[in-house]
Amino acid sequence: MRLTSEEVDHIALLSRLDLSPAERERAATELSQILDHFEQLKQLDTADVPPTEHVLPVVNVLRADESRPGLPREGVLQNAPEHAGGMFQVPRVVEAE
Amino acid sequence: MSLSQLSAYQIAQQVQSKKASCREVVDDFLGRIEAVEERVKAFVTVTGDEARRRADMLDRRLASGEDIGALGGVPIAVKDALCTRGVKTTCSSKMLENFVPPYDAHVVERLAVDGAITVGKANMDEFAMGSSTENSAFFPTRNPWDLERVPGGSSGGSTAAVAALEAPLALGSDTGGSIRQPAAYCGCVGLKPTYGLVSRYGLIAFASSLDQIGPIANDVRDCALLLQSIAGHDRRDTTSINRSLPKYLDALTGNIRGLKVGVPQEFFAQGVQGYVSDAVHKAIDKMAELGAEVVEVSMPSTEYALATYYIIAPSEASSNLARYDGVQYGLRVHEMGDDIVQMYSKTRVKGFGHEVQHRIMIGTHALSSGFYDAYYLKAQKVRTLIRRDFEAAFQKCDVLATPTAPTVAFKLGENANDPFAMKLADVCTIPVNMAGLPAISLPCGFHEKMPIGLQLIGNLLDESTLLRAAHAYEQATDWHTQRAVL
Amino acid sequence: MSKYEIVIGMEVHAELLTQSKQFCACPNEAVAPPNTNVCPVCLGFPGSLPVLNAKSVDLSLRTVLAFDSKINTRCIFERKNYFYPDLPKAYQVSQRLLPLGEGGFIDIDVPNGDGTSTVKRVGLHDVHMEEDTGKSQHGESIGDPDSSLIDFNRSGIPLLEIVSLPDMRSVEEAEAYMTALRQLLLYLEVSDCKMELGRLRFEASLSLRPWGQEEYGTRVEVKNLNSMKAVRDSLRAEIERQTRILDSGGVVVQQTMLWDEASGTTQPMRSKEQAHDYRYFPEPDLVPLDIDSAWLERVRASMPELPRAKNQRFIEQLGLSSYEAGVLTSSREIAEYYEAALEGYTKSDGGAAKAISNWVCNELLGRVNAQNSSIAEAKVLPAQLRELVQLIDAGTISGKIAKEIFDEMFTSGRDAKSIVEERGLTQMSDTTELEAICEKVIAANPKAVEDYRGGKEKSFGALVGGVMKETKGRANPALVNELLKKALTQ
Repeated sequence: MRLTSEEVDHIALLSRLDLSPAERERAATELSQILDHFEQLKQLDTADVPPTEHVLPVVNVLRADESRPGLPREGVLQNAPEHAGGMFQVPRVVEAE
Repeated sequence: MSLSQLSAYQIAQQVQSKKASCREVVDDFLGRIEAVEERVKAFVTVTGDEARRRADMLDRRLASGEDIGALGGVPIAVKDALCTRGVKTTCSSKMLENFVPPYDAHVVERLAVDGAITVGKANMDEFAMGSSTENSAFFPTRNPWDLERVPGGSSGGSTAAVAALEAPLALGSDTGGSIRQPAAYCGCVGLKPTYGLVSRYGLIAFASSLDQIGPIANDVRDCALLLQSIAGHDRRDTTSINRSLPKYLDALTGNIRGLKVGVPQEFFAQGVQGYVSDAVHKAIDKMAELGAEVVEVSMPSTEYALATYYIIAPSEASSNLARYDGVQYGLRVHEMGDDIVQMYSKTRVKGFGHEVQHRIMIGTHALSSGFYDAYYLKAQKVRTLIRRDFEAAFQKCDVLATPTAPTVAFKLGENANDPFAMKLADVCTIPVNMAGLPAISLPCGFHEKMPIGLQLIGNLLDESTLLRAAHAYEQATDWHTQRAVL
Repeated sequence: MSKYEIVIGMEVHAELLTQSKQFCACPNEAVAPPNTNVCPVCLGFPGSLPVLNAKSVDLSLRTVLAFDSKINTRCIFERKNYFYPDLPKAYQVSQRLLPLGEGGFIDIDVPNGDGTSTVKRVGLHDVHMEEDTGKSQHGESIGDPDSSLIDFNRSGIPLLEIVSLPDMRSVEEAEAYMTALRQLLLYLEVSDCKMELGRLRFEASLSLRPWGQEEYGTRVEVKNLNSMKAVRDSLRAEIERQTRILDSGGVVVQQTMLWDEASGTTQPMRSKEQAHDYRYFPEPDLVPLDIDSAWLERVRASMPELPRAKNQRFIEQLGLSSYEAGVLTSSREIAEYYEAALEGYTKSDGGAAKAISNWVCNELLGRVNAQNSSIAEAKVLPAQLRELVQLIDAGTISGKIAKEIFDEMFTSGRDAKSIVEERGLTQMSDTTELEAICEKVIAANPKAVEDYRGGKEKSFGALVGGVMKETKGRANPALVNELLKKALTQ
């Protein structure tokens, strides 16, 4: 089944991808194809099958509550596209989510 | 004979016995890189100066009587998905083209402790998504056996570097076959360890529950040597296994008498070419000749592994790759007047290649409200069925023998317009990641002068048996002694 | 009375009192120069991985035990995916399907308006562990109207989110809920609850419905509440706003409102039209928690007596009034001070608990409150207070003098005994000495003596006063009474 353009727009927005109309068209085709491929999983009865959480039965891996100094600030900011006053700078965010 | 013809094991011996200095080794390999790299294009970054400095330092330590480690003086290529402090780590993506990590990956630290010398950061499919290294944002890597063909992927740069003798060892990462499939295509030995055997700390994540770092080499012994160096517990990775390790080199006894080799017929379907099937069956016959017992096993759920993988891996990836938004590091595309959402969306559409975008969208959809149960949850349940198939098989045998890939290496561009054919390249390797098992690929023949890979799959944490089986077969054949001519 | 019933639920985020962050070893200290308490993990750098802080699980367990929640002994973390610049990985590690605690309750004291209060039980939906985000500053506040700046010191600080059911029916109940919750978290030493630093944050959801209607009205969330007062004021403003809408036949829109302190109004959040789909899924980088009974017992053993139980015990076993018990259990520090002062102290008439309570509630807390200080900062130690009371019991000093001594103790932190000795304030109980003074006072006040003997009992007081004046208050009053009476009847 082909995804509608609204569905593709929604996926692109959630993914934060600014797709051109042509890219949207291509995405609709390719995503629809792969979703069709996923249909085969429906053949399997998994009603009583637990989902895999981890391949190994490891639990309770914890760290003692001890603090260490963090990175030097040069290391923190050296890759930043823009920074000011020791902080990362971005276009103004209107309100909190 | 040039030092670059030697195995890692031999190089380490030469260095330890002072028959060669680290600097001579490094110079030799850097010379080789200079000679062939233009054709192979295995590296995103060659770290020649740094490698020479490190070689000199190791030589000084050696001169003062220090033990410089089991890999002392051995050059290594490191997949560009592994963070290296002070050295650009790009994941072959425009997004991270200029990213310089302020820290080393756990495995990189381990290599340093053991005296290995990184000669460069190896090319890959962008964010490890692909099976040909054509998805690198920078350039495709070529197969040293035939420069018109792909080396496989995603660890194509690492593997090509080893096959082209640009380094005797390489580190790759394997999420659905990204070590084993290129190893098969390039006639190398590549091992994906048990999930959790090697710490993922510092590996730029693709799909966290599947990713595993592993060794690539020209023979099984080198593979074991490198595995010994990188395996072991790391407190920084919660999924890292905390138990004592065997000595992998000790496992290479050459004796597989009584070893039970399972053959799952499902792995010989789904597009596996006759010549691959024949070569693998001959290898199984060889193992039988060496005293192994061959048993048929059935794994009916594995045919669903590909679809399962294409839900789980993109789902995790959609989340893992969400951090590339132009805020703290990496590319930022910000045009006048753009708000933050526009900045994110333009950055990500420019910074990620098509395949990465495609998988992010698949994963986003598979996790989204209303689809989660049908896709993600369903896939994790099918994953349980696949694991159960393996559990049942290992009741009957010690290792499984299958093809690594359905074909030999294909031509560059050949599968570009057939995404499904591309994905099929991983059909034999993906089920293994689903179950977190260790598996190795090693050469078992040629077709049209291109190497064919045999995949052996072991039980959880049983790398020793896997290496023993692979080594015994390897030593009884001469596939591994053949080299690409460049 | 309004036409509408008020329905309030609360979401509370408490930053936990740990040394290090939830998933990395960076100091749990947001107040520092920007981006100095950060590392690859809490910055979400590529390749970094989380490792869970054991202490924060223990603190979270303490809390769910105190709430009597159902504990998911096998619980997992999930990723909550959304893009926001202060969220470095673009997902927050949280819990949804299997939170640490489900259900449970908090008992609150709702004032009746006449000085008494009624206990009400507020149910909890769930209690879950998560990590805090970084902090952004926007626009004019940073001198650049087009930018926001982000500091990640707060990123990764362990958080406990406590989600109540919509069980509160008035602003007063919401306030009582906050008070009770805060008191509990402080008792448990789970959080320092400093709202002004954002270490305890409240979000309210509010709806109105006509009385008698079963289904809830449209819910509006109110955010940006950084003090108890802000919660109170914003809820009142929001109730007014919704009442106006409903009264005029309008429809309340489901949305998030931000409290604007300056204008005293709630304002709709101007967030862009965006899809909200958090795409929760199990965090593959963390393994499950499997909490066995030994672990729970260890945590239980580390828990203090909870305020309600303590309050009950003070009333029933120590015989304190409910007012006194309320004051003494209002914080863990006060209760601990009181109990330390009471330790080993007995009184022949059985009034030991009461006597110490009087001193703590009236004298000590009176002075502490007058200084806007806290009991933890008081210079007088519990043992010193006890010694002072014992000096009164022993007749060494009078109650009146004791208060003067206490003033000095409160400012200097010195022992009562040394002050008494230095100032020569010991109570006079020497009969011979006091007899002489009584004679002197009787001789000096013939009028009063005559009046007393003539039946004016009141005049006796004047004579006692005379003795006290003469002795600078040090005379043992009981003895003075006795001696004066004896002298006057001779």
